[in-house]
Amino acid sequence: MFRITDEPIDPAACRRALEAPAAGGFVAFEGWVRDHNEGRAVVALEYEAYATLAEQEGERILEEARQRFEVERVGAVHRTGRLAVGDLAVWVGASAAHRDAAFAACRYVIDELKRRVPIWKREHYADGSAAWVGGVGHEHPAG
Amino acid sequence: MEKQIDVHYYALFRDLRGKDRETLTTRAATPRALYDELGMGGAFRLDTRAFRVAVNDAFASWDAPLRHGDLVVFIAPTAGG
Repeated sequence: MFRITDEPIDPAACRRALEAPAAGGFVAFEGWVRDHNEGRAVVALEYEAYATLAEQEGERILEEARQRFEVERVGAVHRTGRLAVGDLAVWVGASAAHRDAAFAACRYVIDELKRRVPIWKREHYADGSAAWVGGVGHEHPAG
Repeated sequence: MEKQIDVHYYALFRDLRGKDRETLTTRAATPRALYDELGMGGAFRLDTRAFRVAVNDAFASWDAPLRHGDLVVFIAPTAGG
């Protein structure tokens, strides 16, 4: 399941949702708010989503992962709102009979999510200024 | 033909437009024409490789026909994760 939430993400609950008798392992990726980006000190991130389309596109990505890889279950949750350094911004997980599929599916989902799902973030800097990430003319490496 | 189009703005576009939604009476036939009509091209030239557009909560072509009552959302480069 793909979900957008303005509440803190509970990784243990996310993990439980991927449990399956046929799964021999599980891989998760957690995206955290870090204290710097492109040489600037970051004190907070503010995430905003076009929720209706974000959840549709997120579900589409999960379905693609199920088709491409031999996984049991895949899931992802993305936060919105203002997050502090160290907060969990995104959780992606995949369970599978074998580890290769779980790693590959997890990687696929986070990469596609960053590229396709309509979510934006504004960085708040230590000097009090703020800017949307990924603005015109900028390429931003994955976080 | 004149029609009413709802436009919702997020992130950069909301900042540019200074509001999060509006209903426009327009003759724009496509999202591309609507974008030009809004004058956002001045501050934020349309880059169709980087920007996308949604019509009625689904990704759409910049050249798709707009109909009365459609909901349009301009999508700046995303930055989830």
